[in-house]
Amino acid sequence: MLSYLIRRLLLMALTLFGVSIVIFLLLRIVPGNIADILFDSAGLIDPAEKAKIVADLGLDLSIYQQYTQWIGGLLQGDLGYSYVSEKPVIEEIAPRIPITAQLAVMALIFSVVMGVPLGVISAVRQNTPLDYLLRITSLSGLSMPSFWLGLLILMACVHFFGTIPIYDRNPPTFWAWLAMMAVPAAAVGFRSSALIMRLTRSAMLEVLRHDFVRTARSKGLSERAVTYNHALRNALLPVVTIIGIEVAFLFGGLIVTETVFNIPGVARFLVEAIRWRDYPMVQNLVMFTATILVLINLIVDLIYMVIDPRIRYSE
Amino acid sequence: MSTTVSEARPSAPGFLSEVLYLSRRYPLGVAGALIMVTFVLCAIFADYVAPLDPFSTNARSSLAKPSEVNLLGADMMGRDVLSRIIHGARVSLAVAVGATVLGSGIGAAVGLACGYLGGWFDLIVQRVTEVMDALPLLVMALVITASLGPSLRNTIIAIAIPLVPHVARVIRSNVLALREMPFVEAAKATGMSEMRIAVVHVLPNTLAPLIVLATAQLGSTILTEASLSFLGLGVPEPYPSWGRMLSESAAEYVRTAPWLVIFPGLAISLVVFGSNLTGDALRDALDPRQHD
Repeated sequence: MLSYLIRRLLLMALTLFGVSIVIFLLLRIVPGNIADILFDSAGLIDPAEKAKIVADLGLDLSIYQQYTQWIGGLLQGDLGYSYVSEKPVIEEIAPRIPITAQLAVMALIFSVVMGVPLGVISAVRQNTPLDYLLRITSLSGLSMPSFWLGLLILMACVHFFGTIPIYDRNPPTFWAWLAMMAVPAAAVGFRSSALIMRLTRSAMLEVLRHDFVRTARSKGLSERAVTYNHALRNALLPVVTIIGIEVAFLFGGLIVTETVFNIPGVARFLVEAIRWRDYPMVQNLVMFTATILVLINLIVDLIYMVIDPRIRYSE
Repeated sequence: MSTTVSEARPSAPGFLSEVLYLSRRYPLGVAGALIMVTFVLCAIFADYVAPLDPFSTNARSSLAKPSEVNLLGADMMGRDVLSRIIHGARVSLAVAVGATVLGSGIGAAVGLACGYLGGWFDLIVQRVTEVMDALPLLVMALVITASLGPSLRNTIIAIAIPLVPHVARVIRSNVLALREMPFVEAAKATGMSEMRIAVVHVLPNTLAPLIVLATAQLGSTILTEASLSFLGLGVPEPYPSWGRMLSESAAEYVRTAPWLVIFPGLAISLVVFGSNLTGDALRDALDPRQHD
């Protein structure tokens, strides 16, 4: 167990090292650097001023030196300075993280709470009108862009309440906070809930065919006990895996949904940093996302091991 | 388990009876294919189908409600929404098909090489795949477009690259299973070169999973293009793009001009819905190991 964990952590470090190289090179593939853009946008003409910008940003160094400078700082917790606001990157990112984290957790909870029970119902009622309705709904959920769903929700708000929900940094009560976050969280989580529903349904159908389910029925257990205590437990394994994979998609959903609902989270901030060509910001934000994603995948694998005693990663 | 394999195929061959057979066996899949075909035809014949010029601005019809002239209304600059949606199908489908073909093609080649060559090549590709897995698809596409600059070609590249590892992994595992098959051994015994076995014998056998995978990806590439354009980093003007139509109209038009929000989104959802239905049916038909 411990050796497995150590091996996984080492591989994780290797992966993140790879991510850092990929992202660093991607942002520098194209000739013409940020100094030109800043220079032009500031309306400057004096070449000396341009040279100063280049030197300030460390762009006169070789690619190799720039990279080691960035990684060296990163390892010591120094993320550098934003090109645009000229504030330390960490000060810009840190306050935005909890906002996105809250949204992501709520979206995940929403998708599991919606997806699993509906998937079970759909499987138990296989090939009934209810099953068809749920399947069509989940397939449409997978087909709708989440930013459009967000816009439709805003439209519904205008129609029913005459106003659209506005993000408030300090909501007065817990309920106000919940109401404010629940709507965008549902918009993000809808796609995942549709996927989880489909997966739960097919896993349930698979499990319900097994002998032990027939045995459970034949010893007189109620259909309810068979479904929830015997079948669902076994059907949940693939669902846990998909949650790990879905987190990556969830982040894409967060980017567009934070944009639609005007929520100042870290996901929308990435797009803003890309638009401003604020490379230190983009680099660090992407590294941050990758770290979270790799960690979540590790946690999912560990959870998998706990809930399924058949799996041992020791060998 | 659906053991309907015994269902008889129509004895009389012919295109029509084949279609009838398929529509009875996979009604949802055929419905999905019909939706796709409709959009593809609209995209190809956009110049003839679109009632108005998608580019001509008209101050008088600015933000016009849906009417007899502008069936689905008009945007801020008075351009006809329906015509822009029809022309937008071109961009969306071109990007989706282009990215899927490019991504699946490279992915298949890499997967074939990995599974067949193994060794250090495989090892390196596996590590690169893990690196790419650590980046969400949209983030990767965003960074690539940001670095290459927005254009039709770059959008296709940006969406294709994140597909590569995914396709490569599926093809690789298929190839690993296939190369142990007796027919590969037989080919080796007849003195065929490794390269020829890989291309002539192994590759055709990975086509079914590749087609299933590519169809399944089609929907997600359309959604990615829409998201990129929505964020203003996708296909640039003057091409009409569904995603950008929504970004232009986003929050403020939710109150004032709902038709600018509803219809482009409906077009995206409908075409992705169609490709999902088709993909599911193809998976059922071509990949008998998976059910439901």
